[in-house]
Amino acid sequence: MSNVTAPAQSGVVGKFSNYLDERTSISGAVKEFGRKVFPDHWSFLLGEVALYSFVIILLTGSFLTFFFQASMTPVHYEGSYVPLKGIEMSAAMASTLDISFDIRGGLLMRQIHHWAALLFVASIGLHMLRVFFTGAFRKPRELNWSIGFVLFVLAMAEGFTGYSLPDDLLSGNGLRIIDGMVLGLPVVGTWITFLLFGGEFPGSDIVGRLYSLHILLLPAFVLIFIVLHLMFVIIHKHTQYPGPGKTEENVVGFPILPVYAAKAGGFFFLVFGVVALIGATVTINPIWNYGPYDPSPVSAGTQPDWYIGFADGALRLVPPHLETYWFGYTWSWNIIIPVLLLVVFLAAAFAYPFVEAWVTGDKREHHLLDRPRNAPVRTAIGAAGVTFYAVLWAAASSDIIATHFKVTMEGVINTLQIMLIVAPIIAFMTAKRIALALQKKDREILLHGFETGRVVRLPGGEYTEVHQQLDAYDRWQLVSYNDNAPIMLRPNPQGKITAGMRMRASMSRFFFEDRIAPVSQEEYKQALEHAHH
Amino acid sequence: MAKNESGKADIVPANSAEATGTGVVAPDAFANPGLPPHRPRVTDLDPKAAKRAERVVYVLFYLSIAASVFAVYAYMFFPIEPENVHSVRMNTLYLGLGIAFSLLAIGIAAVHWGKAVMSDKEAIDHRHPVRGTEETRARAVEIFRESDEESGFSRRTLIRNGLIGALIAFPLPAIALFRGLAPMDVDPNNELKHTFWKKGMRLTRDPQGTPIKASELTIGSAFQVIPEGLVDLPEHEMLDAKAKAAVLLVRLKKEDLNWTSEERESWSYEGIVAYSKICTHVGCPVALYEQQTHHLLCPCHQSQFDIANECAVIFGPAARPLPQLPITVDAEGYLVATSDFTEPVGPSFWERAN
Repeated sequence: MSNVTAPAQSGVVGKFSNYLDERTSISGAVKEFGRKVFPDHWSFLLGEVALYSFVIILLTGSFLTFFFQASMTPVHYEGSYVPLKGIEMSAAMASTLDISFDIRGGLLMRQIHHWAALLFVASIGLHMLRVFFTGAFRKPRELNWSIGFVLFVLAMAEGFTGYSLPDDLLSGNGLRIIDGMVLGLPVVGTWITFLLFGGEFPGSDIVGRLYSLHILLLPAFVLIFIVLHLMFVIIHKHTQYPGPGKTEENVVGFPILPVYAAKAGGFFFLVFGVVALIGATVTINPIWNYGPYDPSPVSAGTQPDWYIGFADGALRLVPPHLETYWFGYTWSWNIIIPVLLLVVFLAAAFAYPFVEAWVTGDKREHHLLDRPRNAPVRTAIGAAGVTFYAVLWAAASSDIIATHFKVTMEGVINTLQIMLIVAPIIAFMTAKRIALALQKKDREILLHGFETGRVVRLPGGEYTEVHQQLDAYDRWQLVSYNDNAPIMLRPNPQGKITAGMRMRASMSRFFFEDRIAPVSQEEYKQALEHAHH
Repeated sequence: MAKNESGKADIVPANSAEATGTGVVAPDAFANPGLPPHRPRVTDLDPKAAKRAERVVYVLFYLSIAASVFAVYAYMFFPIEPENVHSVRMNTLYLGLGIAFSLLAIGIAAVHWGKAVMSDKEAIDHRHPVRGTEETRARAVEIFRESDEESGFSRRTLIRNGLIGALIAFPLPAIALFRGLAPMDVDPNNELKHTFWKKGMRLTRDPQGTPIKASELTIGSAFQVIPEGLVDLPEHEMLDAKAKAAVLLVRLKKEDLNWTSEERESWSYEGIVAYSKICTHVGCPVALYEQQTHHLLCPCHQSQFDIANECAVIFGPAARPLPQLPITVDAEGYLVATSDFTEPVGPSFWERAN
C-alpha cells in the first residue's frame, strides 16, 4: 500500500480518517476540493439563500407529512379551534387545523414551511436577475442557466401544489381558477381537467394527487436539478467580478476549508434563523379564517402567493368579450392569450443566453462578470422584462390597489393594460440611457480624474480645481470590461448574404450600436498631456 | 487553442475574429495591475481585538446552546391547551424564538469566526478550459467509433431501427394507464353541459336548503340559492353539484330589467331573476352584488355583469353573460325552476359550442 508516506495516523481522528479513506478514497476529494477557492460578493449569496430555503422546506415539510392527511374524505371537525367545531370539511383541512391548533410546534412548522417557500421562489428570482444582469450566463454557463430556469419553474409548481393542499376556501378557489384556465385551452383542455381532478371540479381526488406531486415527484426533480446545477458550479468554478488581479484565468477568493465552511455554513443557520423568527412571529395563510372549501362563497380581495401573482395578473388584464366560435368549437381567447403571453415571456427568459451568444458570436469563455452598465442593451432588456413582470404582478392586486388608493377598478385595469405595453419600452430606454451615462461618467473620471474640492489660484490669477488621477487599481476597475462592436454585413465565402446573416447583423446593431469603448492607454496619455497644458 | 507560457491551453482562445465574435480586443488596452496589497484587519493588528472577536464567537455558541435548551423548555412549559387559541400563540412564539435564536447565534458566530478570526489572505485558483484536452476528445471520439464498430450500431440498420422503434413504443402503455385518472364511463362534455337543476325544483337558501317564497324578496334584495335536495347529497356529490348549480337570486323593479326577447322575460317572475353564480371566465363565484347599480362583480378577476341587461359583461376578462335560470312560482308561492340552465354554466371549454 502507498500509505507509507502518509502522516502518522495516531489518535482517534487519524485512525477514523484512515479507516474511511481506505474504503472511500475520500482523501482525493479533500485534496481536490478542500482548498477550492470561492470569490466573495454579497450577490453570490442569493443562490445560497435559495439552496438553504430548500433545505428548510425539506426539514419542516417532512415534519408536516407526519400529521397531514392528504384526503378529501368528509369529516366533522372536532379539534381545538372552537369556531369551526362540528363543521363538515375534508380530512386534509381538518388535519391542517390539527397541525395548527393541537400539535405543539405544528403551527410554527407550518409557518416556517410557508415562509421558507416564499423565500425559496424569491431568492431564485433574485439570483436569476443577478446572473442575468452580470452576464454570468455566458459561455460556458448557458446550460446551467437552463437548469436554473427549470428550477425556477419547479419552485413555482411546488409552491402552487403546496398552497392547494389544505383544501380551505382560498386554496379551493385557486384550484377553481386553474380548472377554469385549463378548461379554456383548445382541444385538450376539457380532458386535461377531467383527468387532473378525476372527473368534475372539485371531485375528491385532487388533494391526494397534488400531494404526490408536492412531496414526491416535484422535490425529486428539484433535488436532481440542484445537484446538476451545483455540479456545473464546481466544473466551471464560480464567476467573479472584474477587478485588479482578477483575470479570466484565475479565481480570487477564499478557500472552502476553513473560511467558506464557516461563512457558508454559518449563512445556512442565519437564513434558517431568520425564517424561524418570521415563522414564530408572523402569521401566514390562516386557513381557520377562510373555512373549508365551498364553491359558492369567496372572500373579496383574495391574493395568490406572490409568485403566482404575475399569472393571475395576466388573466385580469384581458379585455372583455374575447371568445369566438369557430368550426363548432369554442376558442377562449381570454385564456389562450394570457397563457401564451406567460409561455412566451418564460421562453424568452430561457432562451436569452443562446440568443445573445448567437448575436455576439463570441466563443470565448467568460468568467469575469459584466458590470450592468457595461452591457447597456442587455441591462435594458432585463429592465424591460422586470417591468413587464411587475405590471402583471401589480394587476394581480388590481382590486387592492383600487380600494387602497380610492380609485376605480376600471381605471386601475385600463392603466395597467396600457402600462403592460408602454412601461417596458420606457424602462428599456431609460435603463439603456442610464447605463450609457454611467459608462460616460466612468470615462470622464478616468481621463480627467475626480474633483478633489481643492481650488488653487494660479500665478496668473486664474482659479482652478485640482483633479486627482485614479490609482492603477481603481483605473483598472473602470477600463477592464468586455467591449463589443456591431457586425459589418459582409458576404460569406459563397458571395451571398443570407437572411440569417441580415438578422444577426441587425440584432448586433440593436445590441452594440450605441457603444462606449473602454479607455485605451493612448487616450489616457493624451488626456494626461492635455491636463498638463 | 493557444498555449500560454506554462504550456497549458488558454481559456481565452487566440484573438481571432472567429473566437471573439463581435468582441473587441483593443491593442493598447491597460494591463492588469495585479492584486492590490493585502490590508490587515483590526483583528490582525490589535491582539485585544483578536481576543475580543474570539470571545464573541464562543460566547455566541454557548448562547445558542442556551437558546436550544430554552426551546425545549418552551415546548414543555407553554403547552397547547384545548380550545385555547392564546396557548397556541404562546407555544408558537416561545418555541419559535428559542429555535430562531439558537440558529441565529450559530450563524452569527460561524460567520464572525470566518471573517474576523480566520486568515483573510486571498487565495488564487487557476482555471482550466472547460473543454477536454485534444487528447481526451480524440480518445472519446475513438471510443464511440470503436463501440460502433464492435456493436454494428450504424452498420446493422435493422437492429438499430428496431431498438429505436421499441424504445418509442414501450412507454405507450404508461400513457394509456393514465386514462384511469378520470372515470371511464363519464363523458366530460355531458357533465359540463348539465346541472342539478330540473323542472319544478324549488329554489332554496344556501346553505340551509329552505325554500324561498317570491313574497320574501323585497326590491333590491339578493339571495344565495342552491337547488332543493342538494343538501341531502353526500358531501362530495354535493360540492360537485354545487360548483355548477349555485345561483344568485335578485329582485329588481320590473321596469329596470331589459330583455332581448319575450322568452327571456318569461324566465323571470315579477322582477325576480336567477343567474348562475359561477363566473363565465374561470369559474369563481360571482359573489359581490352592488345594489345601487345592479352590477355583479367577480372578486377573483373583476369581471362585471349587469343584471338589468341579462347579466351582460360590462367589464373584465369574462367573455359571456352569466347563464340565466328560468324560474316561476309554484301553487304555494315558492320559487321553482322551470328547467335546467339552457346553456352550460361556468368557464368556457373547447366542446362547448354556442
